[in-house]
Amino acid sequence: MTSVVLQANEEPERAQHGAGQGFSAKGHGEGGPADRRIIVGYGFWVFLLSDVIMFASLFAAFAVLSTATAGGPSGRELFDLRTVAVETGCLLASSFVCGMASLAVQQRSQKWTQIALFFTGLLGLIFILLEIHEFARLVARGAGPTRSAFLSSFFTLVGCHGLHVTAGLLWLGTMMAQFWAKGFRQSIRYRFLCFSLFWHALDIIWVAIFSLVYLVGVST
Amino acid sequence: MSDEHEYADPSQDVEDSAPGDEPEAAGDLGKAVRGYVLGLALAVALTAASFWTVSTHLIYAPGVPVAVLVLAIAQMGIHLAFFLHITTSPDNTNNVLALAFGVLICCLVVFGSLWIMANLDHNMMPMNEMLKMQR
Repeated sequence: MTSVVLQANEEPERAQHGAGQGFSAKGHGEGGPADRRIIVGYGFWVFLLSDVIMFASLFAAFAVLSTATAGGPSGRELFDLRTVAVETGCLLASSFVCGMASLAVQQRSQKWTQIALFFTGLLGLIFILLEIHEFARLVARGAGPTRSAFLSSFFTLVGCHGLHVTAGLLWLGTMMAQFWAKGFRQSIRYRFLCFSLFWHALDIIWVAIFSLVYLVGVST
Repeated sequence: MSDEHEYADPSQDVEDSAPGDEPEAAGDLGKAVRGYVLGLALAVALTAASFWTVSTHLIYAPGVPVAVLVLAIAQMGIHLAFFLHITTSPDNTNNVLALAFGVLICCLVVFGSLWIMANLDHNMMPMNEMLKMQR
């Protein structure tokens, strides 16, 4: 109901504000300050890059320790590429459906936004469940994080990505609730812009994990 | 699905707007969908190629990690371009520069760690020699 009140109070005179109409930033400060949408995206992008740098240090630790198996099992014996392929497919499809959700938000379609976000979350959930299943299988056969430095760094790196996806799922749920309860307000669209950047960035990190941890681990 | 929650005209949606704020361009929906579908198709093709690379015996074995690395970098580029919409437009200059800096730091962290740790490993006394000295 609040959104109805807000709609009534809105002023239509926004064309007087800084930027040239219909254009966003032209560079070199022309046409006034950049869109707030651009600035929000940039700020979150800087956060994401710092997150990627944290993952880079975990990757560095894994790369250094990948041969330190302490007489225990190596990646070649442990990794099941079929599970990894399904996980990869889930996350990639989830990222694609999240892109569809952002188009639905642009079109202001509540129905398609909710449907696309639901499937984004469902695919993410399948990914997480597969990963938990894989971790449980490794721990059950005595290849838990305490077995060797290689496995400690493996669980830290892949588990950290899994925690990011879990946090993303909680964020996704709150975004669905906010779109449902409050409609396509500008502030909520900015939050969703940040969420979609986060979700796509997690997929990029997964590309590095499945390539450099699983595929290279199996081939060497 | 109550209509009262939906703004009929996005240009009227101005609460907490900053100076210079413009509504996002709705653009051509079909074109946008095609962009995502193309990105998905390229990403699937590159993923399939990397899984194929480790399962085949056609590729010289020591070259497989390099092939996987190249395919991974290509796929990250696809994700950046088609899903994160990092482009060459003026709106994106800051994003591209931040990305370049992030890539620089990542390379320093990863290759620096590998280099230093390999060097330490190379110069360290073997463990059995060290144990002999302690006796």
